[in-house]
Amino acid sequence: MLMLHIQKNKSIFRTLFLKYYLILIALAFPLTGFAQTDSLLNSLDSDVAIKTEYVTAAFKSTRVINAQSTENLTEGVLDFRIMHRFGPVNQGFYNFWGLDQANTRFQFDYGVKDWLQVGIGRSSVPKSYGGYVKWKFVRQSIGKVNMPISILYHAFMNVDALQYPDPVRNNDLTSRLSFVNQLIIGRKFSENFSLELIPTFIHDNLVELRTDKNDKYAMGVGFRQKISKRVSINFEYFYLYPTFTIQDAFKNALALGVDIETGGHVFQLHLTNTLTMTENNFITDHSESWLNGGIHLGFNISRVFTLYRK
Amino acid sequence: MKNTKKPLSLLFIVAFAITIMSFAPSGKVYLTHTGHVWFFSKTTMENIEAHNYQVGANLNSGTGDMAFSILIKSFKFKKALMEDHFNENYLESDKYPKSTFKGKIANIGSVNFDKNGSYKVNVTGDLNMHNVTKSVNIPGIITVTQDSVYEKSNFTVALKDYNIEVPSVVKDKISETIDIHVDVAYSKK
Repeated sequence: MLMLHIQKNKSIFRTLFLKYYLILIALAFPLTGFAQTDSLLNSLDSDVAIKTEYVTAAFKSTRVINAQSTENLTEGVLDFRIMHRFGPVNQGFYNFWGLDQANTRFQFDYGVKDWLQVGIGRSSVPKSYGGYVKWKFVRQSIGKVNMPISILYHAFMNVDALQYPDPVRNNDLTSRLSFVNQLIIGRKFSENFSLELIPTFIHDNLVELRTDKNDKYAMGVGFRQKISKRVSINFEYFYLYPTFTIQDAFKNALALGVDIETGGHVFQLHLTNTLTMTENNFITDHSESWLNGGIHLGFNISRVFTLYRK
Repeated sequence: MKNTKKPLSLLFIVAFAITIMSFAPSGKVYLTHTGHVWFFSKTTMENIEAHNYQVGANLNSGTGDMAFSILIKSFKFKKALMEDHFNENYLESDKYPKSTFKGKIANIGSVNFDKNGSYKVNVTGDLNMHNVTKSVNIPGIITVTQDSVYEKSNFTVALKDYNIEVPSVVKDKISETIDIHVDVAYSKK
């Protein structure tokens, strides 16, 4: 009886083992097949040293609207921009809601190095010439070097070329000069959202009233929010620390825009309360208000040419 | 009862080990991180070309298993703006940083890694790009020399298969099918 029991048990174990063995083999078949290429793929990734990856395309263009963005042109790239601001819409039918009047700026920007951009431009209102240097000395990156922000220094010099209002007076060229110094501190928070802060120092060699200050301090903020792969909404605002004898008439610069990218072009359409486009003017000069319709329609068209590739 | 269990389980373990070992690779695994993959888009308006010289690839000469790992951001274009758009708008490399391929040379038996010469091979596998995985069948040539093993291949992919949308304004400038070329050299040492 006992013997029989053992015999029975033995055969049960045998069949059980056989069963498991077959199941295990069946399992091992696909496992070995997959493990093979998967481990090949994994070994490829594990071997690669972690590199520093710089964050690109925080903004679609080198300008947010009027203000410089954290983007620089790549070395060897020339960007030709036509920038246009119409008159204020509150001028009504007689001036065709501002469209009769226009300020045009031709701007050439060039990437000397990936971290250094220079540019010259000319505005029709006020008749002025200017050149700038934009140096990206901290680049946002991930990977080996983890840097949360980009920091750029932007220095701009403007020459006002309007005829002297009083030619009899002893007029120096230096009275035409303005200097702009800005730090652009920006971060691309996500694929769609980038924000920058722009502490600004402006020095005008000549101001209107004796009691006005030559040194002006401002703080700017700008951001872009992408609404599709090729379209983004941009915003910028500059707060100017009170510098004028008659401060009441002054309004801070506020602009709202849309960037549309089509291959080699970027179209920037915007609404601003400023007619001028350079920092020395648009941050400090304006008395138009969004609230009473002092809004200018404007656009920038940017076309890039790759002169050479490093 | 104990007496009967032991030899059986031992037998089972040995048999299982032998089974596993029989699946294990018998060949050598070749590996590189400097493979070259490039692509062309040809239209009457514009030719677009980009090269990546930092492709990771390996090949098991015994089983014919192979794998590729490609960082999208390592593709270099002639125009910087194209590179930006390629990464940001088309391949979305922030979201999908890598393209991978894992596959198998169907006729690995016909390749003799000890004898110099060129061998035509057929590779079947899964190509992953832009978060889409497709089964592909790619012809290639393996060339064996004294010191190296070369893999060469070219094939085409359709952008729409990988959910890569081309907006209508640039439809004339970007081809719907892209020629992809692969050129990988493995050192035999």
